[in-house]
Amino acid sequence: MAPETQAMFDTDELVINMGPQHPSTHGVLRVVLRLDGERVVGSDVVIGYLHRGIEKLCENRDYAQIVLITDRMDYVAAATSNLGYCETVEKLMSIEVPRRARYLRTVLSELQRIASHCLWLGTHAMDIGAMTVFLYAFRERELILDLFEEFCGARLTYNSMRVGGLPQDIPPGWDRKVLAFCDIMDAKLPEYEQLLTNNRIWLERTKGIGVISAEDAVAIGLSGPPLRGSGVKRDIRKDEPYAAYDEMQFEVPVGVAGDTYDRYLVRIEEFRQSVKIIRQAVAGLPEGPIVGKVPRLIKPPAGETYHAIESPKGEIGYFIVADGKSVAPYRFRVRPPSFCNLQALSQLIKGHMVADVVALIGSIDVVLGEVDR
Amino acid sequence: MSDETPTPAPPVAAKPASKPAEHKPAAPAAPAGPPDPPPPDGTALPAYIVALQAALPDAVTQLSLFVGDWTVIVPVTRLLEVALQLRAQGFDTCSDVTASDWPQRPQRFDMIYALYSIKDRTRVRVKVRAAEGEAVPSVSSVWPAANWLEREVYDMFGVTITGHPDLRRILMPDDWQGHPQRKDYPLEGPGELLMENPLDWLRLKQTANEAEIE
Repeated sequence: MAPETQAMFDTDELVINMGPQHPSTHGVLRVVLRLDGERVVGSDVVIGYLHRGIEKLCENRDYAQIVLITDRMDYVAAATSNLGYCETVEKLMSIEVPRRARYLRTVLSELQRIASHCLWLGTHAMDIGAMTVFLYAFRERELILDLFEEFCGARLTYNSMRVGGLPQDIPPGWDRKVLAFCDIMDAKLPEYEQLLTNNRIWLERTKGIGVISAEDAVAIGLSGPPLRGSGVKRDIRKDEPYAAYDEMQFEVPVGVAGDTYDRYLVRIEEFRQSVKIIRQAVAGLPEGPIVGKVPRLIKPPAGETYHAIESPKGEIGYFIVADGKSVAPYRFRVRPPSFCNLQALSQLIKGHMVADVVALIGSIDVVLGEVDR
Repeated sequence: MSDETPTPAPPVAAKPASKPAEHKPAAPAAPAGPPDPPPPDGTALPAYIVALQAALPDAVTQLSLFVGDWTVIVPVTRLLEVALQLRAQGFDTCSDVTASDWPQRPQRFDMIYALYSIKDRTRVRVKVRAAEGEAVPSVSSVWPAANWLEREVYDMFGVTITGHPDLRRILMPDDWQGHPQRKDYPLEGPGELLMENPLDWLRLKQTANEAEIE
């Protein structure tokens, strides 16, 4: 081949910018990709486009006001963010939460988990090209939003927990509606699975994509379903039970291969387990007060603590330093599961096609409001 | 049209107390540091702390127990040793790395590492104290998960972290001035000027500071 012709066929690496305005980055995520043809050889994940300084903001609000701000982090799973915060303050102040409130918190967090997983399933499948699942999943999510609306009046940012308990008791008949929803969910889950689990296109697009071993997953700090997809049986609901999870019977599903498909299977099984937990919690719902003995002015003693719970995305932890004198935390820190899981993205997409980047962003299920805070 | 319309008189004695609902908690004098209460006498130490003290005698300068959370406080020079030892003892997950700022103290920063052991289901926090500019070794070689978390601490507090593979700002823009989570950084931010011309902003801030001192 003549040198000139050779030069024509020389290949160069191409750097392209994906996001921050991109429909399948689920918000304002920017990924700078270095490509060799269609294959990713390197990447840089750029975040911070939604940074609102929530930690700083919370250090200037009193403890009761912060519940409202935690809604704005993971806005598709506000109830679990609320719960994590309230439990941390309760731990700082050694407040005992009544049993009825703990049961209702369990019901709310599991409803929230189903809603969050519905959103994940719909958008993840749509990113890969399965449009129908999106409509199906949002149909069920809508029912949960209705339940939340009836409970606390809001459909997205619930403000649904208080330090020491709940803002109000459930409306009459709400528990029956929750049980009716459980039946609907049980009937609809096979529909999702029928569309995806054995779908050949779905298998081609997800099997063997973004494989991460158990050791690597632990080392990079994955938590929640992405960690369990790699076969690590770690679920804070089981390992360090909070709310009423110690009284519930449920399984922790784990994957084997650690690829996108196994992470999908883990979340699908989590739908079933959540329904199971909700049924138990509603059936065993004790009578009694819904707020514990909380002083009118929430002012924890000086000290610091870290408390983590299992949000739909993974381990959401709060680290609060109280100085014992002011009604605002001296230091307020959130350990955001989306942020820590997103760290693994560069590692996951290396060597895959550009189209798989979209599948992998969906697979780790990030919410940018929580990544950037 | 005459322009002699009298300007409306300013409302007499506008009640300054008419805005009680500011919801701004009164800022008490900043404490000089966290209390770090020691464990009560006779408390049995958990096995991992006993093992740590046996492996690295005199590395742990202080122990703290508060609402069931154990914290080991170590000098910044021994941090990597302690991290490696705890990693070998089964603390395979670095849940969180964060800092807190205590400007009254000579060593103003606390770096806090929240660790978790999946096998034993135990948590422990490691804490080091560092002055501004004092080098804190990166633990991202021990726990890769600390990479982004340390970048966030660097971005938000300006703690000098050494040996980090990729120390850049992560949440704030790359050309940002200052570190927002420090206690002396204003809540409302530096205002518009900073975005347009950071140097002008710095100069203004300096003159304001000097005026305040005088």
